[in-house]
Amino acid sequence: MSAIEIHDLHKSFGTTTALDGLDLVVEHGQIAGFLGPNGSGKSTTIRVLLGLLRADAGTVRLLGGDPWSDAVALHRRLTYVPGDVSLWPNLTGGEAIDLMARLRGGLDAARKADLLERFELDPSKKARTYSKGNRQKVALVAALASDVELLVLDEPTSGLDPLMEAVFTEQLREAKAAGRSVLLSSHIMSEVEKVCDTVTIIRAGRAVESGTLADLRHLTRSSVTAVVAGNASPIAALPGVHDVVTTVDTSGTRIAFDVDNDDIAAVLTALGTMGVLTFTANPPSLEELFLRHYGDELAAAGVPEPSAGGRTSDGTPR
Amino acid sequence: MTAAAATPVHTPVSTSLADSFAGTWLLLRFMARCDRVRLGVWTASVVGLWLYCATAFTTVYADAAERQQRAELMGTPASILMTGPGYGTDNYTVGAMFANEMVLWIVIVLAVMSIGEVVRHTRAEEESSRSELVRAAVVGRHAPALAAMLLVVAANLVIALLSALVLVTISGLSIGGTTVMLGGTVLTALVFAAVASVTCQLTPHSRGASGLAMGVLGAMVLVRGAGDIQRQHGSALSWVSPIAWTQQTRVFVDTRTWPLALSVVAVVVLLAVAVVLAGHRDFGAGMFAERRGRPHAHRLLRSPLALAWRQQRTALAWWTVGTVVMWLATGTYLKDIGPMLQDMSKDSEFVSQVFGEQDLSYAFVSLMMLFAGLVALGYGLAAVARARTEETAGRAEYVLATPVSRGRWLAAQLLVAGAGAAVLVVTAGLALAAGAYSVGAHDPHVGTYAAAAGVYLPAVGVVLGVAAAVYAWAPRWTAVSWAFLVLGFVVGMFAELLRVPGVVQRLSPLWWVPRLPAEAMAWPPTVGLAVVALAAFAVAFVGFTRRDIPVT
Ligand SMILES: Nc1ncnc2c1ncn2[C@@H]1O[C@H](COP(=O)(O)OP(=O)(O)OP(=O)(O)O)[C@@H](O)[C@H]1O
Ligand SMILES: [Mg+2]
Repeated sequence: MSAIEIHDLHKSFGTTTALDGLDLVVEHGQIAGFLGPNGSGKSTTIRVLLGLLRADAGTVRLLGGDPWSDAVALHRRLTYVPGDVSLWPNLTGGEAIDLMARLRGGLDAARKADLLERFELDPSKKARTYSKGNRQKVALVAALASDVELLVLDEPTSGLDPLMEAVFTEQLREAKAAGRSVLLSSHIMSEVEKVCDTVTIIRAGRAVESGTLADLRHLTRSSVTAVVAGNASPIAALPGVHDVVTTVDTSGTRIAFDVDNDDIAAVLTALGTMGVLTFTANPPSLEELFLRHYGDELAAAGVPEPSAGGRTSDGTPR
Repeated sequence: MTAAAATPVHTPVSTSLADSFAGTWLLLRFMARCDRVRLGVWTASVVGLWLYCATAFTTVYADAAERQQRAELMGTPASILMTGPGYGTDNYTVGAMFANEMVLWIVIVLAVMSIGEVVRHTRAEEESSRSELVRAAVVGRHAPALAAMLLVVAANLVIALLSALVLVTISGLSIGGTTVMLGGTVLTALVFAAVASVTCQLTPHSRGASGLAMGVLGAMVLVRGAGDIQRQHGSALSWVSPIAWTQQTRVFVDTRTWPLALSVVAVVVLLAVAVVLAGHRDFGAGMFAERRGRPHAHRLLRSPLALAWRQQRTALAWWTVGTVVMWLATGTYLKDIGPMLQDMSKDSEFVSQVFGEQDLSYAFVSLMMLFAGLVALGYGLAAVARARTEETAGRAEYVLATPVSRGRWLAAQLLVAGAGAAVLVVTAGLALAAGAYSVGAHDPHVGTYAAAAGVYLPAVGVVLGVAAAVYAWAPRWTAVSWAFLVLGFVVGMFAELLRVPGVVQRLSPLWWVPRLPAEAMAWPPTVGLAVVALAAFAVAFVGFTRRDIPVT
């Protein structure tokens, strides 16, 4: 059985629909990335998983139990880092860490000390004097110091500097090695790409893409640039080819385009007949995949839709 | 000042005084915009209060005989504490009545508003880091403080102007007298605003700054009361308090304006002190630096209850200290009160009607216990409101994601609120007894005091239970529960004065409490209140286990 299984989950707040038929699965021992733009429903999903919000419809299973009715028992087996960590102003960071661990049933003091050192956190300062990043560290130390089956992390690296992000990534790998499952919501593609086994991209309360990283890469386009001796115009007519830009100069015809990975073979065959002089192809990054799914919103915000290779479709950077 | 703000400040490092105020006008307009609703509500409340009293006083106390009856009640220590030094009680005109009975309350309301605004726009703003942006831009070092002060002055003046309109037109008071009376309240309120601008420089946190300023206000209210109780028309002690500086103008009786100068001097001196202190502290820090804490939690900090207690204990300690001081001090008057009231009731049929035939010190004890009940309500409601704060801040969610059930979490919040309120009521009763015993007044017996206090517990439970139920079922409406405090206060204090209808009086849980020891113990209402309280708490727990968390 999976650590998390969500099927057709619906949740609305008054007239706002936050989740609209979401599906999400996290297998045991895996790190699952959970990506989506602001307001897409990541935190809402996590709160349903924690039994804080009641689902309107759909099935949700967490570690084999029902998150709403078995909340207390399930919470013994997981830790949670909220998206916006707010601590008790008159408690020190160290006190907050100890308290959270004790509420969960115990603290590994050596592990706490080790994590404090790695995250370079001073535990004797009152929480009200901590910066956002330091509050985040307190929650991370509290979560990582406990011996649990599942880590539920809502944008855990927001506010961390790159050095601390690296420490965090390292910790996630260790957690996975120890057999823990992780649900990691994030905006940061590189982080997800580094550590996640599977990724679910959610938009407007619905999963628009999910699978292993390899699966998802397969769905994307590669960007190709070639200079050919012959006529390049047949390329544009091939299926799966997008955003073609051709320029003719003395050395030949320069053609740049994106191609769906599934259609790449046909393109290579066609190019072969044209006398290829130079050829480069760039593999897709997840960033592009992510941006592609956000395309509409970016366009609405006045940002042109990016294509593979990071060019704008007319070939000129804006 | 706008010009100063507009010119780029690239002139060589001449940090002149004018520069340090650059941008004040801009900030002032910005603050006024941010606060237009908040200040509007304050204005409407104060003017509404005047309006209500103006109509009530003018209709209820239409003729001199009725006012004179009221004047006879003004000599008791309890009324002195709640009103003023009692000028004009031998010829209690409407003006004298306003000056004696309303000025204290209006000053308190205006002072609370002014303290809040000053702290909000200076220290609290610094903490929000928004101010760093503002400061980095066009704004001089002292500009936020000056702008906040100007905002407070403007708000107070607008309120005073509208209030004057009400008093002159409805109650027919003289323009001159009204000006002195309202001018005095504004000046005194500004003294407390200036106190707040000093406390803002002292404490490491904005909550501490407003707490300290409010504490000064509370102390000054007590000092004035104690001073006036010592001697009719005030003793030297009274003059320590800025509240006396407006009450001692004897307005509408035998007006003198020079006491107002004390307020002006105090404002100037306090602001100067604030400026000097501000020069000695870093942005965002206080004079008293933030202490470091323990890197490990105490071994008892391991449950939601321990956490809730940790959050509340400092506040409860201060409330308890304040209660002990006030009720202990009042208790020391108990020996004289019996004979004093007896004399008064011999002269006045009205006094004997109000306090009845029995030992008059009993009636006084009952009244003090009503105040204790109100104090407990204030603390308890604030503590229940903390649960809401925990939720909106996201900390409730954080704890509820651990193996802590919703019921356990809510129980922890409510237990701390309820136990704190209970401690306050009982402490007040025992402190009053201790004060009375210390001057040799052994009747009533200490057990009677404890009973007179304890009998308020079910009523306090009803209010906290209903507040908890509102929080559980309609969290956005949690603040509505404060209406119980207002209701309890108005019904308890002004039911006679304002002729509040009986139905409304019965809405206040405190109204049902038998007024021991003046009245006999009545079990049916007491048991009834306890049952209602339990039912309300049950409703709260049912609601809380069913709803979404957080509701923001
Ligand atoms: N308590 C609430 N009441 C009303 N609407 C809510 C509530 N909580 C969330 N929403 C709405 O539900 C939608 C999803 O919000 P959610 O917080 O789950 O998004 P998110 O993916 O976590 O966004 P972000 O990346 O900004 O954290 C948003 O439109 C939000 O405004
Ligand atoms: Mg979120």
